[in-house]
This record gives sequence, C-alpha cells and structure tokens, in this order.
Amino acid sequence: MALLQISEPGQSPDPHQRKIAVGIDLGTTHSLLASVRNGIAECLPDEHGRVILPSVVRYTTEAPGRQIGYEALAAQHTDPGNTITSVKRLMGRQRGDVHNVDNLPYTVTDGEGMALVNTVAGNKTPVEVSAELLATLRFRAEDSFDNDLFGAVITVPAYFDDAQRQATKDAAQLAGINVLRLINEPTAAAIAYGLEQGSEGVYAIYDLGGGTFDISILRLSKGVFEVVATGGDSALGGDDYDRALAHWALLQTPGQPAPEQLSATDKSMLYNAARACKEQLSHTNSAELAAPLGGGDISVTVTAQNFADATAQLTLRTVQAVRKTLRDADMGIDDVQGVVMVGGSTRMPVVLQAVEALFGKPPLTNLNPDEVVALGAAIQANQLAGNHTGDALLLLDVIPLSLGIETMGGLVERIVPRNSSIPTARGQDFTTFKDGQTALALHVVQGERDLVADCRSLARFELRGIPPMTAGAARIRVTFTVDADGLLQVGATETQSGVQAHIDVKPSYGLSDDQIAAMLRDSFSTAQQDMQARALVEARVDAERMVLATQSALDADADLLTAQERSGITASISSLSDLIGSDASANAATIESHTKQLAAATEGFAAARMNRGIAQALSGKRLDSV
Amino acid sequence: MSGVSPISLQANDFELFDLPARFELDSLELAKRWKALQALTHPDKFVSSTGADQRMAMQRSVRVNEAYQRLRTPTLRAGYLCELRGVSIDAERNTAMPHAFLVQQMQLREDLDDALGNPTALQQLADVALTAKKEWLNKVATALDIDNDAAAAASGVRALMFIERVTKDINQQLDDAA
Repeated sequence: MALLQISEPGQSPDPHQRKIAVGIDLGTTHSLLASVRNGIAECLPDEHGRVILPSVVRYTTEAPGRQIGYEALAAQHTDPGNTITSVKRLMGRQRGDVHNVDNLPYTVTDGEGMALVNTVAGNKTPVEVSAELLATLRFRAEDSFDNDLFGAVITVPAYFDDAQRQATKDAAQLAGINVLRLINEPTAAAIAYGLEQGSEGVYAIYDLGGGTFDISILRLSKGVFEVVATGGDSALGGDDYDRALAHWALLQTPGQPAPEQLSATDKSMLYNAARACKEQLSHTNSAELAAPLGGGDISVTVTAQNFADATAQLTLRTVQAVRKTLRDADMGIDDVQGVVMVGGSTRMPVVLQAVEALFGKPPLTNLNPDEVVALGAAIQANQLAGNHTGDALLLLDVIPLSLGIETMGGLVERIVPRNSSIPTARGQDFTTFKDGQTALALHVVQGERDLVADCRSLARFELRGIPPMTAGAARIRVTFTVDADGLLQVGATETQSGVQAHIDVKPSYGLSDDQIAAMLRDSFSTAQQDMQARALVEARVDAERMVLATQSALDADADLLTAQERSGITASISSLSDLIGSDASANAATIESHTKQLAAATEGFAAARMNRGIAQALSGKRLDSV
Repeated sequence: MSGVSPISLQANDFELFDLPARFELDSLELAKRWKALQALTHPDKFVSSTGADQRMAMQRSVRVNEAYQRLRTPTLRAGYLCELRGVSIDAERNTAMPHAFLVQQMQLREDLDDALGNPTALQQLADVALTAKKEWLNKVATALDIDNDAAAAASGVRALMFIERVTKDINQQLDDAA
C-alpha cells in the first residue's frame, strides 16, 4: 500500500479480497503449516488429517523421482543413502561446517557455494531438498483453501546466520512461495503464546528443536513483541541427544565398532532406536534401546539417570547460552517473568529440570511445543497480508550475530553489533593506501570473535572504478544494511568524486542467482504459464490496492498538497483505474508500469504523510485518527 | 495543519524523538516513543506496498533504530551530546587521561590476567568494572546537564570507553570460562 495503512477499525475487508497467507515452520525433523481462519490460528492437516510433515525427502529412480514426508520416512531403513533427513543442518553450509557430518546416513560432498547430497537421482543442494518440503506445504495450503497462496511467513532459528537465512529464502523461491517475511522461531512462539495468554512483561523463550537451539529474551507489551537479546547454537538439538545416547549404547555393547564405522543402514537403525528410547524416557524411568545391527544386535536397558549422564554436556551448553544471552540483555534471572518452552525436544525431563533449576520456577508448557511456532508465524502472515483487522502487532527483532569486516592482520572490525534492532544500516568510510589505486577488496564476516579465522565468512567484495587519486584522498562509503528478514545488503559510493564504485559480490556461501534460475527452470512447481497467470493476478491486485490507498490518503491529507500536485495524482489514479477496470487486454507489465507511475507521483506525498504521522504519534494523538 | 513540524531525515536524534537534548532521560518514555515510531515506519507495515514506499519506510525505520540505539546507550548518548555541543570525542587520537584513571585501568587489566579461568574472580572483576562505569556516568551527567562543560564530559566518555573495553574482555573470559 502507499502511504500509511488505512483500514476502518473493526470492519473486515471484503471476504473475497482476503488473501491466503500461511505460516510455515520448516523444522529439522518435521515441518508444519498454519493459517488464521475465522480469527483463529490453526495448523492445516494433510488429506489424512495429519498436521506434521516429517522433514524427509527420498530420491528414487522411479517416477516422480521423489517421496516426501511420511512416505519417505517409511523408507528410511531400507534406503538410508537416498532418504534425506535433517537437511536443515546443511542449509547454507559446506560439508566441513556440518557438525557430525560423518554420522549422517547419506553422503554429503562439497558443492559450488553449498554442500551437496549425493542421491540416485543426482546431486541435490539442501536448498532443493528444502524446496520439496516447502512445495508440499504450499500445495497443502492451496488444496485447503482451493485458492492460490498469496504468501508465507517462514520461520528460521533466531541464531541462523546470513547464509542460512538466504538459503531458506532461496528454497521458498524455488517452491514458488512469496516470502512475506522470515521470522525467528522463538519470536513466532512468543506471538502465539503472548496473544493466547495475554501476557505482559519479560519472557524467555527456550526453543530446543531437532537440530537447533535458540534462546530469546522478549519484552511483551500491548501487541508489541520486542526481542531484547537472542542467542543459541545453530548445531544443537534433539538429534544430538539421540546420537549421544546411541554412542553411549554402543560403548555398553562389547564388540561394536566406533560410530563412524557403522554402515548407513546401521546408523539409521541405531539413531532411530535411540530416538524411540529417548521419547519413552520422557514418560518412564527406564527404557530398552534395541537395534539389529550388521555387527551384532544391540540391546541395552537405559535408565533416566544413564540418559541424563550421556547427554549432560548438551543440556549444559543450552544453560550456558541462556546465561550469556541474559548478560547481553543486561538482565538477571529475576527479571524474567516466565520461561516458555518450544520445540519437541523440550519434552525431555532432563531439559525441563535444567531450565527449572536455572530460573527457579517451573517453565510454561501449556501450549503444544510442536505447533506454537507455526501458529505464531500464521498470525504474523495474516497481519502482513493485510487480512487482520484488530489491534496491530508489532515485531521488533534483532540481528543474532555481529557483522564485521576484515582489517589488517586478520582482525575483525565490528560494524553491526549483535542484538541490534533490525532493520539497521551502518556506513563505513574506506580510503586507498596507494597512489592511483582504483580497486579495494573487502571481506565481510559474521561472528563474535576478534580473529577473522574464527568468524564465518559471508562475502568478499571488490570495489572497482575508483577514480585514480593520491593515496588516502578517495573516500569510499560502504553501506551495510540488514533488512527485516535479517539479511545483509551492501552498497558503495566514492563520495569525493561522486562516482558510484562498482561492486562485485562473491558470497562465500550460498547459491548464485544463475544456479537458482537453472533450478527454477527444472522445477516441477513453477511452470511458465502458471507464473504468467500469477503475475497478472498480482499486478491487478497491487494496482487496485494502490488506487484505493491513494484515494484514502487524498481523502485524509489532501491539505498537504498544492492544487497542481493534487490534480497530477488524481490523473494518475484515473488512468490506472481505467486500465484495470475496462482494459481486459492489459498485461502484467503495462499494469505494473502504471502502478509505478502512480507510486512515483505520490512519493513526496507519502513522505509528507509519514512525517505528519510521526509528529502526531509523538504529540500523543491517537494513531487511528491519522 | 499548523503546529505539526515535519520530521525530516536531517533531524538530530533528540529532535526525531521529540525529547530535550540532555543526558538524563526517561528511558521508559524513550522506549515508548521508539515503539510509536516503529509502528509507523517498520517494513512489516509496508509488506504489500509499492517499492518506493518500502524504501522510504525502510530508510526511516533504520534511522529510528539508529537514533534509539544511540539515545538508549548512556555512553553513546553522552558522546553524541558532546558532539552536538561542538566537542569531539576523538577517542582515537586523544588518549590523554588523568593519572589516577590510568592506574585504575592498569590494575583492572592486571587483575583480569590473574583471574583468567576463574569464574568467581571474573565475576567480582565485572562488578568492579560496573561500579567504575556508574561513577563515570554520574560525572558525565553532571558535566553535561549541570555544569554545561562538554569538554569535561568528553573526557569522561573516553574513560567510559576504556572501561567498556575491559568489560567486554571480562565478559569474553566469562563466556570462555563457563
């Protein structure tokens, strides 16, 4: 919309105009889809009534070449090498970065920009595998509503870095999903929890999923969800508990090989047996871990104490992360009003006990820890799509890891510190150190350590076309922007001469635009015609929205315009309305260009209206009278 | 409309938040204003808008966050006030500090070396640094709001920057020792 959002309080938009917006929790072990229907967020089931989609894709040589979800899960033991589980661990990563990569039942190799999974159907990037899961959920949404999906909010672990976020967004694009926003999983959980319980105050969200751990400290007040600090470990989750228990069980059984030496089938059998045993231990004090392995059967009785001992290090790591994050938030244990548990792994008694001991109060477990993230994402999606008519939500999130650049001697100069509110931007001036120098290399890293080698390389930039000057005379301003998705963008200009320095970006990780384009061409989910039809519908919807928004802006604030400006805008409105109203042959590009013209004509008006809104907000007037 | 001043991207941080340009401020009121401004400018409010509106909102949302970050962090706020009053902090070149302060700093550094790997000692040291920080913040507040002595305040800001560097190292060691 142009200008400020305007909707009559309490009056719902035309139901036919309602856009289909969903929340997607793309998890390590399972994924969920939720949407707001009749004002209530709920998870959408598949045709068998199941809301959970196991995050498993199996590649085969028979048409259609893949199985997804429960079907794939069923083949896990018979075809472990082609059945991709926990693909989230590989997102935005090379092979060497993946924790315990040798223990995965399938083969992972280094690829261009990202790890590759080797399957019978060829090498697959983690982005492609994730796109299969996302496309499955997209179809589920479209079947449920018998309508096209307008867009989705997809959740990511708060502690995901830039490469992991970008990979998630790429996967959505590949699946033909319009990403309204990436939001952090604990923030999504806080929305669902906070709205459900009407909570206010400072809350900690402890989110232990299948493969990731997040801790976020949020301040909740009247529809505002402010993340004060976030921390965690993007390679720590329930999977690690399974593995620790499995390795402990191997040690208890004489004659068993080291974990790395197990065959793919054995690994898959053993880890599943460990998972089943772990889940049983959430209800009982002892359980059997039994698995028929190639080198002899394993059968061990595991007590709750055995399990606690085998996994104590993992639980301790989460406790340390909580302490560190509280320190970042400048808060003590006593400042925290409640701890909300999120993620299936928080069902483990060892975890519940550790959290209770740390905070001195029992954690809150009254929402389904599997569903709460997807539900929160659905609420935000509904809001972003403009369907929501009640009180507006406001999410103020932060960047989880500091951004810096490499300086002399392999040291990091911090540019955006962690826990800065997003969106944020920082400008930094650079200069040349040799006479006549026309290029400058920059290396952007993410992380908290002082040495470049200890941080994660995000991208290398080369600024070229700097006008030749004496050393130190050129002033190159590089701007680092982190958008509301937590993604980094970089721009540069030479300020002395006004020359726009040319910028070459080479991401250290992630897929290039060409790679994505090639995958899109091969993709099943986005046939050419489908895309054209969608583009036309979207262009018309955008144009209608723009006309309506501009008209209401004129009704409210025409006094900000001169007579001439007003007639210019009115003329642009009627030409766009004519185009979408009477000209059935208008294509998407024509409509878009007219919409852009109207947008350009109202740019100054929009700024003036926003300034008026800001002034009124500060002078304490009611916002809904703006 | 009269009485409503348009707020431009050129406004300084205090003007943007419509707060008096002084060191002491009501942090609850600051947070309230930040949220009110973000409610108007946050990109989430413009997801379905045209590109031009999204860019404009993004620019303002970034500006609001930048100002909020500076105003809510006492050391940054003090440094910003010194700059507004024409006294540069110039921490890189101006490292001349009172003798007593330098002695205190060297003591902290030595204690840190001795406390390595000892969480209890590190925590005690963190408390010492916090006390020193509070003392300097009081001095800076007096210099800015009562004595109107920006030069004295700037010297205090440089002291605070020293202390914050030590604090960061102590916290780093605490993380590693944990």
